[in-house]
Amino acid sequence: MKNLSIGRIFAWFCLLLFCTVSLLPIWVAIKTGLSHPNSVFTSNSSLWPTDLTTGNFARVLGMESDIVLSSIKASPINFAIAIRNSLIYTGLIVSGQIFFSALAAYAFARMEFWGRDVMFYAFIAATMIPSMVLFIPNFILIKEIGWLNTFAGMVAPNILMAPFAVFFLRQFFLSTPKELEEAARLDGCKPFTIFWRIALPLQKGPLATLAILLSINAWNEFFWPFLTGHDESVRVMAVALSDFKSQVGDGQPDWTGLMAAVVLSIIPVIVLLMLFGRRIVDSLQTSGMK
Amino acid sequence: MEIPVFVPSADAERMRRARRRRSNLVGWAFILPALIGFSVFYLLPIFRAVEISFTDWNLLRPGKWVGVSNYVKIWNDKNFWHSMWVTLLYVLYNIPLQTALALGIAVLADRLSQSVVLRAVIVAPYLISNVVAAMVWLLMLDPLLGMTNEFIRWIGGTQVPFLTSPDYALMSVAGISIWRHVGFTALLFYTGLKSIPQYLYEAARIEGASEWKQFRYITLPLLRPVMAFIMVTSVIGSFQVFDVIAVTTTGGPANSTRVILYYIFENAFRFNKMGYASALSVVLFALLIGITLIQMRVMRGGDSDLA
Repeated sequence: MKNLSIGRIFAWFCLLLFCTVSLLPIWVAIKTGLSHPNSVFTSNSSLWPTDLTTGNFARVLGMESDIVLSSIKASPINFAIAIRNSLIYTGLIVSGQIFFSALAAYAFARMEFWGRDVMFYAFIAATMIPSMVLFIPNFILIKEIGWLNTFAGMVAPNILMAPFAVFFLRQFFLSTPKELEEAARLDGCKPFTIFWRIALPLQKGPLATLAILLSINAWNEFFWPFLTGHDESVRVMAVALSDFKSQVGDGQPDWTGLMAAVVLSIIPVIVLLMLFGRRIVDSLQTSGMK
Repeated sequence: MEIPVFVPSADAERMRRARRRRSNLVGWAFILPALIGFSVFYLLPIFRAVEISFTDWNLLRPGKWVGVSNYVKIWNDKNFWHSMWVTLLYVLYNIPLQTALALGIAVLADRLSQSVVLRAVIVAPYLISNVVAAMVWLLMLDPLLGMTNEFIRWIGGTQVPFLTSPDYALMSVAGISIWRHVGFTALLFYTGLKSIPQYLYEAARIEGASEWKQFRYITLPLLRPVMAFIMVTSVIGSFQVFDVIAVTTTGGPANSTRVILYYIFENAFRFNKMGYASALSVVLFALLIGITLIQMRVMRGGDSDLA
């Protein structure tokens, strides 16, 4: 075979080496989460869990566990609550962003109204505002309304609009023929009915893609929830993880517990990637995230 | 018989106006929720940030107007200049290596395999959060438990205190960020590569151009718009690095990772200096706009050579 030159073998070697470096840390997190805490200090170079156990997962989820930590202090953080909070946070943000962005995107794509183009470009320009100029005034606003440590305060800045979602959906509305909507209008349907019953159902594919991207984004969000939601009743996974770590200061954290929690927080993303890999890769490739 | 088309009556004119007003109303009603979100959380905060930056405000007592004194203070604040220096170093550690690696991976993937599984593996680290990436690498880089030091010892090196020494901490943080972002950047390059017409390579091969020449004189120039996009977004991104530092080093050791955003965060939420922190964020914002404009200019990101 002509193709199997030395150069080609070397190229494959480089690529596979990169993939290994990409995945190895994730695997190490999984294997540490599955290892017994007492064996962590002796088996760090092993690629397989030592004394395989699911006790760490039970432990960080606040369930009964046969693992008794002797040398290291167990953390009181209950990740079951954090997972629930992350689900609520993500669900609220994604459904809000999709619904309100779709409304706006549809108007920008289909309707004639005064100031439409100016508003559209203003929305797009908002993607370029770095979040760091916004976070102090937004934090003060949320604090003034008294929404610190509430889901309302945590989702408020993002739930009504995601510039990227508006841009993304507008493209799809524009590239869909509008005959169906015209027909519905002649039949006397109201604008919202046309949007909700006819235009939106035609975009199931793009909506699903968008929902996946926005979910991953919201699930991983750290900075804003970190500023506004430290209370256990609203604390999301990313913030809980960082609190879990900072509790021990400079000492050795409870690694097996920490990694079990890490694995819990990446399971949803891994599942999405396995189910919708092609969709995720294609959409990241063409549009980028955010 | 009346034919309204030929005789534009006052009625028809009124009806048309009513219809236009109605359609204006419906349009604005559709964008209203997004417009509220945009105004309250994107547009007004910019003005408010500037306003707050002219005050001395600790959130407890009402803010006191102090004019430009916060900005004067920034100019004389050696912690600010230090954090800018650290940020600049971080960008220098981060961007060239990440861009070069990403380009290499993209070229390899483009030549070797069109498999979507491969691309999913490449982009996987990007899909997990900064916090998780930081946690995982905290373990990987741990002097005692980390696999990285285990590997270094195995090949005969001496233990490296990655995140605990001022000499290595910033590089390690940059490394973690590269690990998370390089695959995504590679994916963007990969898309760029796909948009280069194959006939250019065929023509070059017929002319006897080497692989390197093809890369140098076809691939690189035609990737320029993608490159410009990647440079602009990744430079802006690395100026705002925060999550990884908040989890791993919290600015230390010995201030070696106190980047500008972390410094702003500390001023606002550790020392409650909202006015000073806002002034810092306004300065950084202005700086980022400047950098973006220069970059777009230099890289002529808007236009393609394929015209």
